[in-house]
Amino acid sequence: MKFTPTFRQLAIWLSLSWLAVFVLVPHLLVLVTSFLTADPSNLAVWPLSLDAYARLWDPVYAGVLIDSLYLSLMATLCCLLVGYPFAFVLSRFSPGVRAVCLFLMIIPFWTNSLIRTYALKMLMGNKGLFNDTLLALGIIDAPIRMIYTEFAVIFGLTYILLPFMVLPLMASFDRLDRSLLEAARDLGANAWQRFWRIIVPLTMPGIIAGCLIVFLPAMGMFYVADLLGGARNLLLGNLIKNQFLVVRDWPFGSAASVALIVLMAVLLWAYFQANRRVSRRGGLEDENLT
Amino acid sequence: MSEASAVVQLSSVTKRFEQQEVLREFSLSIHDGEFFTILGPSGCGKTTILRLIAGFEHADSGQVIIDGTDVSTLGAEKRSVNTVFQSYALFPHLTVFENVAFGLRMARVARTEIESRVKEVLEMVQLGDFAQRRPEQLSGGQRQRVAIARAVVNRPKVLLLDESLSALDYQLRLKMQSELKHLQRQLGITFVYVTHDQEEALSMSDRILVMHQGQPQQVGTPRQIYESPRNLFVASFIGETNVLNAKILRALDDYRYEAELEGRYQRIIHADRRYQPGDDVHVLLRPEDLRIEYLRDAGDKPGFVGEVKDRNYTGRTLDSIIELPDGLQLRSSEFFDEDDPDFDYSINERVWVDWVHGWEHVIPAENLNR
Repeated sequence: MKFTPTFRQLAIWLSLSWLAVFVLVPHLLVLVTSFLTADPSNLAVWPLSLDAYARLWDPVYAGVLIDSLYLSLMATLCCLLVGYPFAFVLSRFSPGVRAVCLFLMIIPFWTNSLIRTYALKMLMGNKGLFNDTLLALGIIDAPIRMIYTEFAVIFGLTYILLPFMVLPLMASFDRLDRSLLEAARDLGANAWQRFWRIIVPLTMPGIIAGCLIVFLPAMGMFYVADLLGGARNLLLGNLIKNQFLVVRDWPFGSAASVALIVLMAVLLWAYFQANRRVSRRGGLEDENLT
Repeated sequence: MSEASAVVQLSSVTKRFEQQEVLREFSLSIHDGEFFTILGPSGCGKTTILRLIAGFEHADSGQVIIDGTDVSTLGAEKRSVNTVFQSYALFPHLTVFENVAFGLRMARVARTEIESRVKEVLEMVQLGDFAQRRPEQLSGGQRQRVAIARAVVNRPKVLLLDESLSALDYQLRLKMQSELKHLQRQLGITFVYVTHDQEEALSMSDRILVMHQGQPQQVGTPRQIYESPRNLFVASFIGETNVLNAKILRALDDYRYEAELEGRYQRIIHADRRYQPGDDVHVLLRPEDLRIEYLRDAGDKPGFVGEVKDRNYTGRTLDSIIELPDGLQLRSSEFFDEDDPDFDYSINERVWVDWVHGWEHVIPAENLNR
């Protein structure tokens, strides 16, 4: 046995330890904390209890969960409505033009999303650029209230998460064989029928993947709701943040975190399960062929 | 060509792709019920012709007429023609049944009629038991049949096939060739088939159009194209040909001339049109038109004497290359004669060569650099 680690082994160990220190350990800490007892002066103390989880069933929190699901769903829908045509048009461009467009879309990513949210807050204020422009153009007579509304939160989430929708959709459109559209046309399908019967079913994997990776993080983006939504439009992320930083009830904050993670895990599990069932069915029938 | 029976007509069609002219003032007439093949090397414009008929491309000028109606401005979805694509383009998310039913559903045919028509056509292509399979679970030949079924179920006026057999292996291709031909007779639909494979074209077609660089070279039956090519391109693209340069010396009668071949051999040639003394012509000889004999058997019969440079046993034939003293090489292909099993030559052996008189084909000379 050789003790000189190759570069490959080094890389694997480095990333494993990174994951262990910064992902596994914090999650375990959260999990353990969620089973402790709340104590205002020491944050969380023994003994173990299920108290925090019991409180999750309080209707107040159910309300937050439903609001949060609603805001995230709306943001996901907006991302899909904007991202789908965008990805479709982009996939028709030549590779050069496409690279430039993708680059332009990714540039804002180099700026921290918190800072971009602050920027949005300025733009959407009563004396912000949006209102000023609309007033100057004479489209409105008085400033519209944008900031601290449900609309602002959905707008902010959509803006920040849009690239996560576009990228998997692009991949789906890339795999879409153009000759299938010609074949459908040849068989008498008009543009509408080609869209619903060929394009949508064949890009469905991209649609589902895009929706999942927009929907799941959207529920946790507390700073968007904080900065743009005011006190009334809460995400699950806000609830959790408040428990840790304001109420200082760490066990309950941890329990809410665990609940959010479990919810996400269930959704992901359902997605992979559905995927596997599709491919397994194909596999079984393949065996019957021989 | 009778215009009345033309089911597809292109008249003076010009098509450009970004300044590059693919077709110029191109006209074509395809008869109702025939198996028509457009044959040519890649880039000759044959696929463009097919796409113009299908409606995927529109002519910059000129007309496309299908079944007596000018469809020049209609899109593919509104034309009564269907296409079998080179890659088949089967819908991967639909079953075989739904693939075949697609066109009927678009045409809002009644549910019960769809059921019976799809079943009928799947039986016809021997895929009755595969209706619930998905395309990825089929072999290449089966996919090919689904693609054909999906097109013919709509009872199109014309079926367009774009190099539809080129993805199959050799054995399957031969089988599908005869199936296609059979299907075409059975359905009575006009088939327009595009290919670069001259053997395929010869074996399936009623008529062939040979294309080269956007220009039609010759239209005719496989026999006309093979035996009486109109120019050197057709002659060399369809099968192998020996080309001899010749000058007409004098006419013996309307179709027989004394000519000087390659500047040194005075021979009598048969032509299918009139030439004047002094005209330059090409004499085209197919490899199977040539006869080779041992020098001792030939005696002093008129003919060429040359050296065997190469011989190649193909199973059915013995193919040889004979080089004449001036360096000209003739390719010959002889069938085996069961009565003469010894028949073989050694490399560099001097032999006598001549062609079967009357089998040569004479065309006017073209400028060519040889």
